[in-house]
Amino acid sequence: MEIVQQILFTAALVATAWFITGRVRLIAKAIRLGRAENRFDHADERLKTMLLVAFGQKKMFTNLLVGTMHFVIYAGFIIINIEILEIILDGLLGTHRLFAPLITAVYPVLIDVFEVLAFGVLAVCVVFLCRRFIARVSRLQASRHRELQGWPVSDATIILTAEILLMIAFLTWNASDSVLRDRGVGHYGELQGIVPDFLVSQYLKPLFTGFSDTALVAYERAAWWLHILGILAFAVYVTYSKHLHIALGFPNVYFSDLQPKGEMQNMPEITKEVQLALGLPVTTDPDGGQVNDNGEQPAEIGRFGAKDVEDLKWINLMNAYSCTECGRCTAACPANITGKKLSPRKIMMDTRDRLEDIQKGWKANGPDYKDDKSLLGDYITAEELNACTTCQACVNACPININPLDIILQLRRYRVMEESQAPASWNAMFSNIENNMAPWKFSPSDRFNWADQVNS
Amino acid sequence: MLEKTYTVPTMADMAASGEEPEILFWVGCAGSFDDRYKRVTIAFVRILNHVGIKFAVLGPEEACTGDPARRAGNEFLFQMQAMANIQVLNGYNVKKIVTACPHCFNTLKNEYPELGGTYEVIHHSQFLQGLIDEGRVKVEGGQSFKGRKITFHDSCYLGRANKVYEAPREVLAALDADLVEMKRVRANGLCCGAGGGQYFKEPEPGTKDVNVERVEEALATGADTIAVACPFCMTMMSDGVKNKNREDSVRVYDVSELIAQGQGL
Repeated sequence: MEIVQQILFTAALVATAWFITGRVRLIAKAIRLGRAENRFDHADERLKTMLLVAFGQKKMFTNLLVGTMHFVIYAGFIIINIEILEIILDGLLGTHRLFAPLITAVYPVLIDVFEVLAFGVLAVCVVFLCRRFIARVSRLQASRHRELQGWPVSDATIILTAEILLMIAFLTWNASDSVLRDRGVGHYGELQGIVPDFLVSQYLKPLFTGFSDTALVAYERAAWWLHILGILAFAVYVTYSKHLHIALGFPNVYFSDLQPKGEMQNMPEITKEVQLALGLPVTTDPDGGQVNDNGEQPAEIGRFGAKDVEDLKWINLMNAYSCTECGRCTAACPANITGKKLSPRKIMMDTRDRLEDIQKGWKANGPDYKDDKSLLGDYITAEELNACTTCQACVNACPININPLDIILQLRRYRVMEESQAPASWNAMFSNIENNMAPWKFSPSDRFNWADQVNS
Repeated sequence: MLEKTYTVPTMADMAASGEEPEILFWVGCAGSFDDRYKRVTIAFVRILNHVGIKFAVLGPEEACTGDPARRAGNEFLFQMQAMANIQVLNGYNVKKIVTACPHCFNTLKNEYPELGGTYEVIHHSQFLQGLIDEGRVKVEGGQSFKGRKITFHDSCYLGRANKVYEAPREVLAALDADLVEMKRVRANGLCCGAGGGQYFKEPEPGTKDVNVERVEEALATGADTIAVACPFCMTMMSDGVKNKNREDSVRVYDVSELIAQGQGL
């Protein structure tokens, strides 16, 4: 019997690793569709940002209560994973609580910590479900935000429910195991006197006192399997879900923008044309601009601005995969607050949806397949782009430094420079700047007239 | 009392007499052409005169930085403007620029260096803060603000874009008024609705105008003065106050205008 369980467990582990590897390669390929840009500079500053914003979750604490609750889940996720090591080894070797006899002094303390965290995670997940479905926090409501309709709401519910079930499995597994140990059943009894009751699960023991030994062993095995298979399945699920932030959040913050939020990225290919037009000497771009990691200029100049995902930078695409759809960006967006169609969260979700659709195309029609859709037009509309005030509130709000504004501005550049599709009044503003050196139709020679009034 | 005469030297004047100013005051398009914001330009120039700062303006040689074109997506036009301006600025060997427009400030400071124009760029609120800290500007001799409630509206391109939150507030603190904050301030400040080229077009369809949303928040503080530090915020907030029919009881002023009022300039 033991050996069958070991074989099944090994098979489950190998299958999970196989699935996840496939997903990681696919996602990496999708992210690499983006334009090259060196984000490996300023390692010190990047590391510091990652420690503060990703590991320390600094921006989550803007709201202390929500930040603390999220931190409980985060800490639980990281620390309870230490226990996964023992569970996996037990599964592979057919042992039971492998570490208990080896580290008798700290083992109960460790499990106590895991249990307290597990209970915390469970409680916070319940609160988070209540925030979605009872308190109805506005930024999480599909009725208010069309980008959440359908799958995104289910995704969030599945994640929270799965986490609750996993924590229940973990705690009741410990409780049933404690009862079996007390009763001295089989190998469970061998740990009598070595492993005490645990901090949280001791209170769950009364649930199992009425169970026969056989039923109890059955429950203990079922809970153990449910817990570990649940975790493996969850790990695969995460790669399809908004929950991918638990992995990508860290690199996403590491590679995030370091320049001031107001600074728009220069387009060196245009600098060259402008210098030629003005009869100025063409300078090489001091900061590297579009020069890639190897210091090579791109072979050909693509389009101006972005029409589809491959015109965006790879970090924009990593941003899309890292987005948890929490909607803090959208809740801070002045356009969205006042009822415009623009939602920065939707910009990120559309970018990811576009990437996922391209992946589906690869699977169905071969690895180089490209359909005739594009991010601009088929996913994001001009009305959304035109509503942006570039106020950077979305950039500021994101707990993991995602930049929806950067995508909006690159799409705008395509609309204006490649399609000449600026709103009419913007075209008027352009022509005023061009002809009158001001966005309004005033004569440039009147520019200094204000000085006549300084003494009146 | 002695009648004061304020002067506005241009860079061309300075260059002709072989002089170099301490600062270049970059007036900006709104500061040059917008009737309301011209009063801000004048207030700031009077303060500069009063303190005795050796400054100059470009006058007719100044041109739009290109900011609205760049944000609207017209990178060509932006770079044409930027290159031309940089040629003028570098031609006069400009080192230090002060401007009363956060959009000019952001563009000159963050976006011109890559195109060959590197200067020390300061927003006028920061410059005023420096003068107050050094004791060169004292708020006396004019209108008293004691007991008056003032709220400050953060400009996106000063605040979030460049993390200048304290300077305008410290300038206002010198007025000895009662500074009351809105709910969304500093990094969380709500836009006035003008940025990103919005000022130059009608808003997209929605349920409300952004400036009305912001003005409602400002009015909720009970302040009789909304202080701003940006020409576009100035227009948007003033329009919002009018929209709420409160223009008789609530005024919108730039921080430098309030200092000038306090000094009786």
